[in-house]
Amino acid sequence: MILEVEGLNKSIGGKRILKDISFQMEQGDCLAIIGPSGAGKTTLLRCINNLEKCDSGTIKIDGSYLCKDNNGKSLYASSREMAAIRRKIGLVFQNYNLFPHMSVLENIIEAPIHVLGIPAKEAKDRALELLKLMGLEDKANYYPFQLSGGQKQRVAIARAWALNPKILCLDEPTSALDPELRGEVASIIEGLVEKEMNILIITHDMAFAQRVANKIIFMEDGQIKEAASKEEFFNSYQNSRIKRFVSL
Amino acid sequence: MFTYTLTLLPSMMKGLLTTLGVFFITLILSIPLGIIVSLGRLSKFKLLSKMVEFYIWVMRGTPLMLQIVFIFFGLPIVGITFDRFTAVIIAFVLNYAAYFGEIFRGGIESIDRGQYEAAKVLGLTPYKTFRRIILPQVFKMVIPSVGNEVITLVKDTSLTYIVGIGELLRAGRIASNRDVSLIPLALVGIIYLFLTAIVTGVFNKVEERYSYYE
Ligand SMILES: Nc1ncnc2c1ncn2[C@@H]1O[C@H](COP(=O)(O)OP(=O)(O)OP(=O)(O)O)[C@@H](O)[C@H]1O
Ligand SMILES: [Mg+2]
Repeated sequence: MILEVEGLNKSIGGKRILKDISFQMEQGDCLAIIGPSGAGKTTLLRCINNLEKCDSGTIKIDGSYLCKDNNGKSLYASSREMAAIRRKIGLVFQNYNLFPHMSVLENIIEAPIHVLGIPAKEAKDRALELLKLMGLEDKANYYPFQLSGGQKQRVAIARAWALNPKILCLDEPTSALDPELRGEVASIIEGLVEKEMNILIITHDMAFAQRVANKIIFMEDGQIKEAASKEEFFNSYQNSRIKRFVSL
Repeated sequence: MFTYTLTLLPSMMKGLLTTLGVFFITLILSIPLGIIVSLGRLSKFKLLSKMVEFYIWVMRGTPLMLQIVFIFFGLPIVGITFDRFTAVIIAFVLNYAAYFGEIFRGGIESIDRGQYEAAKVLGLTPYKTFRRIILPQVFKMVIPSVGNEVITLVKDTSLTYIVGIGELLRAGRIASNRDVSLIPLALVGIIYLFLTAIVTGVFNKVEERYSYYE
């Protein structure tokens, strides 16, 4: 298993946001999490990326425990272990969070150089390669404010990818894009899946999920209501709530 | 009158050098200290944050003139003595670090939380995050306020007059008394105008250099 989440609970300000979340990702999976607004999807992704601490439950990433449940309380890895676990997982934010004072190229090479310690020349070559895959080779010296939403999205993907994580998480990668660009992002993610990147993706976009994912999780009200392979999921909506959501 | 003005120049230039000395030393010391002050003010350690808040409150709530007098004339009473120049520099640096600290704090607080989160997700250490991601953006943001503060500093250097250092204002005053003439004081005014114009120009250039992104 590349990702195992077991019995995750999280409250914010006394309100239960995540309720006993358990699921797994296998090597080669592209897992899509869908569900209505406020279901807790982003919060779950933030917990997995250690931007939010969960109250109880276990998160295991590629064999290492980010946190481990101990009598109903999550115990987190030490900060040294955390740095190693950190490298196994990458996150593309919904609003990208590119560094505005750095060019596209500088955004991508920042972490390879200053976290992994890769020589600048090597990091640059690799970044240019990634930009080419993203169809952005001519934008290397642009600044984020000079890019469209779709281009920023791809830079954010390249920035996360440059660290070669085991799992790449994306929060609603298509929500800010027009239909044409959605297709482009879908192709890029399909390309990543082909390269054996494990993808965890949040989306509202059924067509998109249907195209790229092989497994689907439906979340509502902080709980997982359905978890199935794509085929199962789209072929049999026993759950009428899901049916209504899917047909939206 | 022109030749008279020329005869004033040597003493004026000497005064100007002292003024510039106070100006640059204060600037070079108080800006880094200001960054540290802002971090102390924003610290999670309540005690540290409160202490820094108190320091800023005192520095900004009392006249710089009083602070200079306190350090140079007051502290010797309890046995702490500094020479004139050192006393002035201590007062200026402590005072300006407080102002710069508040400016930097405002800048740091206005940086989007997403920038910290992006840095964290990429694995940057807190130090590198601050140094490479946050601080450069803060600098751009605070340029106008820092520029105003630096112009104030140019003019505030004249406060050193009180301890009897031979700076610009003193040079003008001495010549004015000696020759019973307004010209030396007018000349001092003109030199200050020049200095503030240069500072304004420099900050406009810096602002331009940082305008490569939005
Ligand atoms: N920092 C916070 N403080 C208080 N409540 C929060 C916080 N973050 C999230 N919540 C609440 O948690 C619930 C789940 O939020 P979350 O952002 O995870 O939903 P989501 O499924 O990603 O929704 P969307 O599809 O709109 O992005 C919401 O009710 C939200 O109001
Ligand atoms: Mg969300």
